[in-house]
Amino acid sequence: MTSTIRVRATLNDDITEVQVLIQHPMDTGLVKNANGEIIPAHFIQQLSFQHNGRTVFLADWGPAVSKDPYVRFRFKGANKGDELNIRWVDNTGATDTTTAKIQ
Amino acid sequence: MRVRPSRQLASNVVALVVMAAAAGLALAAETPDPAADLKAFQNFFTKKFPGVKLEDFVNGPYSMDEDMYRQWEEKEQFPPYEFALEAGKEMFSTPFGNGKTYADCFPNRGIGIRQNYPYFDEKEGKVVTLELALNRCREANGEAPLSYVNDEMASLTAYMAFTSRGKPMDIKVPNDPRALAAYENGKRYFYTRRGQLNFSCASCHVQSPGEHIRAEVLAPALGIVNALPIYRSEWSGMGTTSRRFVTCNSQTRAVPLEPQSDEYRDVEYFLSYVSNGLPISGPGARP
Repeated sequence: MTSTIRVRATLNDDITEVQVLIQHPMDTGLVKNANGEIIPAHFIQQLSFQHNGRTVFLADWGPAVSKDPYVRFRFKGANKGDELNIRWVDNTGATDTTTAKIQ
Repeated sequence: MRVRPSRQLASNVVALVVMAAAAGLALAAETPDPAADLKAFQNFFTKKFPGVKLEDFVNGPYSMDEDMYRQWEEKEQFPPYEFALEAGKEMFSTPFGNGKTYADCFPNRGIGIRQNYPYFDEKEGKVVTLELALNRCREANGEAPLSYVNDEMASLTAYMAFTSRGKPMDIKVPNDPRALAAYENGKRYFYTRRGQLNFSCASCHVQSPGEHIRAEVLAPALGIVNALPIYRSEWSGMGTTSRRFVTCNSQTRAVPLEPQSDEYRDVEYFLSYVSNGLPISGPGARP
């Protein structure tokens, strides 16, 4: 399967703008399915972005974040062509990582 | 006493003549003229919104509100329907159990043909929509049909719309009394009030596009089908044309019809026809 993470990182002057879209159900554990059974909680707990070994963005998430979450932030100090490592871990222990080149 | 009957007769004759004239007028008005409807329909919107370019109507509420337009432009850089699009592409190219694919059911192998749907099938004597054609393709190849309101169907149509982006909607109403009847039936459904709120489709999408209904901006009927299927943030997922119709009905507290029932097929036919010439922009994203 292709990655659950879509990322775009672009450098303008000294500022790198990062946009990420993650495919994840983000189930709260409070919703029932059509048969009346609870859909178990399934959500991303931690999302991290690393640039040259430095964590530039770290999010501790809970069930209140929407399905297929979108994140956008800016940071300083990167160069064109640098790599950005993205990783999420959810409450079931599942994880996904991807690497993006800063453009 | 003597004159009365003759007077009455005279007035009766007058009444008859008036009735006949009225019937003649009504008859003239009821002869379907899709080409004239299309012109009048598009003129109505371009006059109502002189600042909106014709091809921009396909962007729905975004074409009506500057601030929303800017938000949407930003969103389009990273559109929320991307996952569905990818899933649709994969589904489209994955062979059925018998080794055939969706491409085998469609002209030009299914690529760049969205603008020709729905069409009037002369053999069947009915309107065939893209969603219907997709399920018929599945059934012809021994697969169970997909739900008309779920993400899988929307993913497929999203992919097919995407490959047709920018092509002008090109619906034909052949000179066949059954086709004209289907068109007319769709038009009637569109303008008929129903439900507890007593709304017709036109109440919102012709009379009030650009207006707020609570926090949402109503989309113009012109070009509304060109953007389907849509990712709706409200739904946290994709919506097919069928889902859109069903939800519209239930939101006006009317009883929705079965997806792909004759009336829904006809109303899609009418709505697509009057949007002829406007580009396909689906899959779309709506708040």
